Amino acid sequence: MEYEAVIGLETHVQLNTKSKMWCGCANAYGAAPNTQVCPVCLGLPGVLPVPNEEALRKTILTGYLLNCEIPRFAKFDRKNYFYPDAPKNYQLTQYDKPSTANGFVEFEFQGGLSRVRITRAHLEEDVGKSFHFDRNSGVDFNRAGVPLMEIVSEPDITSADMAYEYLNALKDILLYGGVSDCDMEKGMVRCDVNVSVRPVGSTGLGAKIEIKNMNSFSGVRRALEYEIPRQIEVVKKGGKLIQSTRRWDDTTGITEEMRTKEHAHDYRYFPEPDMMPLAPTEEWLADVRKLVVELPLARKQRFIREYALPAADAETFKNDVALGNYFEPLAKQSANPKALANWVINNLRAKLTETNEREKTEQAELGIEPADLQLTTLADLKFPPAALLELVALVEAKTISSAAAQQVFAEMYATGQAPAAIVQEKGLAQVSDTGAIEKLCDEAIAASPGPVADYRAGKAAALNALKGYVMKLSKGKANPALAGDILERKLKA
Amino acid sequence: MPNALSLNQLSISELTGRLARREISAREITQACLDQIARVDGTVHAFISHNPADALAQADAADRELAAGVTIAQKPLLGIPIAIKDVLAVKDHPLNCGSKILGKFVSPYDATVIEKMRAAGAVIFGRLNMDEFAMGSSTETSAFGITRNPWDPARIPGGSSGGSAAAVAADEAIATLGTDTGGSIRQPAALCGCVGLKPTYGRVSRYGLTAFASSLDQIGPFTKNIEDSARVLGVISGLDPKDSTSVDVPVPDYVAALDGNIRGLKLGVPKEYLIGGLDPEVKASVDAAIQQYLALGAEIVDISLPHTDYAVATYYIVATAEASANLARFDGIRYGQRVDGADPLELYTRTRGAGFGAEVKRRIILGTYVLSSGYYDAYYLRAQKVRTLIRNDFLAAFKQVDAIITPTTPTAAFKIGEKSGDPLQMYLSDIFTISCNLAGISGISLPCGFTTNPKLPIGLQLLGQPFGEATLLKLAHAYEQSTPWHREKPGTLA
Amino acid sequence: MAATDIDVKYVAHLARIGLTPDEEATMSARLAGILGYIEKLKELDVTGVEPTAHAVPMVNVLRPDVVCPSLPHEAALANAPAQANGLFLVPKIVE
Ligand SMILES: [Mg+2]
Ligand SMILES: [Zn+2]
Repeated sequence: MEYEAVIGLETHVQLNTKSKMWCGCANAYGAAPNTQVCPVCLGLPGVLPVPNEEALRKTILTGYLLNCEIPRFAKFDRKNYFYPDAPKNYQLTQYDKPSTANGFVEFEFQGGLSRVRITRAHLEEDVGKSFHFDRNSGVDFNRAGVPLMEIVSEPDITSADMAYEYLNALKDILLYGGVSDCDMEKGMVRCDVNVSVRPVGSTGLGAKIEIKNMNSFSGVRRALEYEIPRQIEVVKKGGKLIQSTRRWDDTTGITEEMRTKEHAHDYRYFPEPDMMPLAPTEEWLADVRKLVVELPLARKQRFIREYALPAADAETFKNDVALGNYFEPLAKQSANPKALANWVINNLRAKLTETNEREKTEQAELGIEPADLQLTTLADLKFPPAALLELVALVEAKTISSAAAQQVFAEMYATGQAPAAIVQEKGLAQVSDTGAIEKLCDEAIAASPGPVADYRAGKAAALNALKGYVMKLSKGKANPALAGDILERKLKA
Repeated sequence: MPNALSLNQLSISELTGRLARREISAREITQACLDQIARVDGTVHAFISHNPADALAQADAADRELAAGVTIAQKPLLGIPIAIKDVLAVKDHPLNCGSKILGKFVSPYDATVIEKMRAAGAVIFGRLNMDEFAMGSSTETSAFGITRNPWDPARIPGGSSGGSAAAVAADEAIATLGTDTGGSIRQPAALCGCVGLKPTYGRVSRYGLTAFASSLDQIGPFTKNIEDSARVLGVISGLDPKDSTSVDVPVPDYVAALDGNIRGLKLGVPKEYLIGGLDPEVKASVDAAIQQYLALGAEIVDISLPHTDYAVATYYIVATAEASANLARFDGIRYGQRVDGADPLELYTRTRGAGFGAEVKRRIILGTYVLSSGYYDAYYLRAQKVRTLIRNDFLAAFKQVDAIITPTTPTAAFKIGEKSGDPLQMYLSDIFTISCNLAGISGISLPCGFTTNPKLPIGLQLLGQPFGEATLLKLAHAYEQSTPWHREKPGTLA
Repeated sequence: MAATDIDVKYVAHLARIGLTPDEEATMSARLAGILGYIEKLKELDVTGVEPTAHAVPMVNVLRPDVVCPSLPHEAALANAPAQANGLFLVPKIVE
């Protein structure tokens, strides 16, 4: 019998507000332990939470981006459990009345489009961070009370790879919406996975097994790559799986049981009496809707459609939003957006990367901290965006060869000088004078007996060597297509 | 002047007048309170602790302000010593909530009411005894010993704000702050013969009040008379951005409302309050008070609050459920007394097992139970629905009447130890006060007479509309001014 | 629901309260009495009644996203029963 996996994900995402969820402490990563804490987020006697409006706004915005319904009534509840990193020993969360519900995420998977339904995206609070020593543990509450959004998917995911792609799509959406920085290294995104297996074709659900608290998407994929076959094997051998919670060990690459259903928590949820319910008004929601942005997948599809880009280029602009935003207004004015995309991706981006690498090395030598590095961005370029358009036009009009265009680009990147001026100053205009090129071709044929013989023996590629020779003789100014035509004619004669 | 009252026996109104005329100094007032504490608190034990040097330093600061021309209009409590129930956070002062579990905890912040009283010039001093975490009606559950009723030290002062009531009754402070979750201000005020006001839920910020039951708790003043109650309420009321449950309703001039004219105001007498356990002397005093109101020109209307009989049961579900979560933070991790363990679980159970007293443990366990899987709907959800019915009873009544009049307690102060073995009997002694918290309305208790043998105070309760404190105080003031009760002092401490 | 079916040992564990066997016995007896009294609420028909979670109905009480000063580090740790390296120390956390 064949088995399939049924996977649902709970993804916790830190919202990038300035202050914490219930108090004015900074929501900033990396401060010394217990320096961003106050009576409220330390859970001292007598304190009360007051919800951060911006965190709610970002949650509702996420709801819109995930095609969710926005209920007109939501509330916070207390989820009771004792843990040293939880200052109140209850977590404030949204239990039965979340701020958003019933959406979906659409993403590319295995050459097509997949859709995973979203049960809800609700707002809650993060806990402190524990450090483990030999005999005891230490807790830093700086992270306690940071706004956390939990995005719960329906069990629509069927494989480790699909889970991985779903998570990446989700992350792209959150980055697009500007709701989270999604920095995995800083623990801003953490996942719990629910996975069960069942015979293909059956609709029932097997015993749900939860794998807790993974902080990388590749970890999720690896955990599932381990866990799914493990479950299938148990079932195939006639064993029985029971509802349980497991821990993923990233070093050993295995999951191990933490607790079973009998030891499940009894969270004793009840409505938070210290805070009032939420009933977003139409006016407030309309303001949030103004923040809705185009989704990553839609952007990619639109770039392919509107600018006739290859999928890979559109993907690049989807992933590098700033680069795409640089490209798009130019593309609208360009006769050849595809060529323009080529320049933006292969030349401009490469050059920027190269510059940044150099800057990093130089500044590191000066002792500047990684966080304080001053790097060149698209906004710092010496040439105006229109110059790139002009450069592409010069190539299109065959005024300069693509080899010459490289020189022009290097120059304008370095000095900000206009392309036409560089072409003129350096005499880079392409030679399309047939007579002149005929002469250079003769010279090339005479100097290259080897390639000539190869070509005549039927190796068409040998023509490139001769063409290269002509370009070299012309110092890159010869029209390469013309040179090719002339060489071919002469050799066939 | 023979029989002249000493400064600690005077009211805020009298003292601020004399301070303004520079007849007396704030230091003299504070010193008089400190002297009285030295004299009587060995018997009364209203205070867990107090710091005379700190109190006098604040009094001196008030005197400097008075000398510099700061007026009572600018700072209505300037130089007035006000003592604080041990459940409210005062910066750099200990905070124990009458419990062992907080150990040597010192608050790093001020409650909003404390900030407001400081801004009004009050001398904030002392930690007043209370039932542990405000759970009790007799101040017998404190880890810091029992407080005694100034009228009869063999009797309880009521609770949970027993220290706050006793301190005012024994003239150890000019006024005090307490908290009321099911009657914890009104009941001890009644039993100690002073004025205790429970404001409307949301009238006074709860920020800095260690929560017992978040949806029921409210801070309020204990004072020697109604005008003082109005003065303190005016200072501590108002919207607080730190408390999402505080309400943006303007704070009226409560003192200005005390014009004595109650002609035509309607007072409702609920038939459900004539219960079996009502002491005949208490009933007689309340009946006399009703007659007095008629004489003052008020109208008396018979009303019904049909769900009254369900209030105590509802209260013990709602309050203990909220408390079970509110008290989870006392775990020995970030503050408080710790009993170490091999792992966090052991640390928690040992710390909380050793740190909480029997009544607190009982209520946490009850509250945990009513929320636990399989019981939520039967207990907690049902109680919340009954709460709606109780609240609706009051809202319907207030369409007919301006306030409701009842006894505050079924009996006068009982003997120490008399009910401590029977929690249910203790709970039922709050029968007249509990509904007010469930409904979120305002309530006040004021003296309306004495039992004869022994002589113990009897309290009259007036319940007012949400945010109807001005009317409530006006009604209370008219009665008070026409009766002698508030002028009586306990004789046992003389 | 039976009034007296409270499993005190289990509930005390949920609440993380250590009880001696004596305390457990007294607790069971007392709670049984209180729960018996609470049964009273079952007399009422609450069909269609909305639950009251807040005495004063309000919605959307929010704060602006503004950073305010935190506690000084020393004050944050001043009440800690055990601390080291700026952290609150606890017995080793094992899941
Ligand atoms: Mg969650
Ligand atoms: Zn904070």
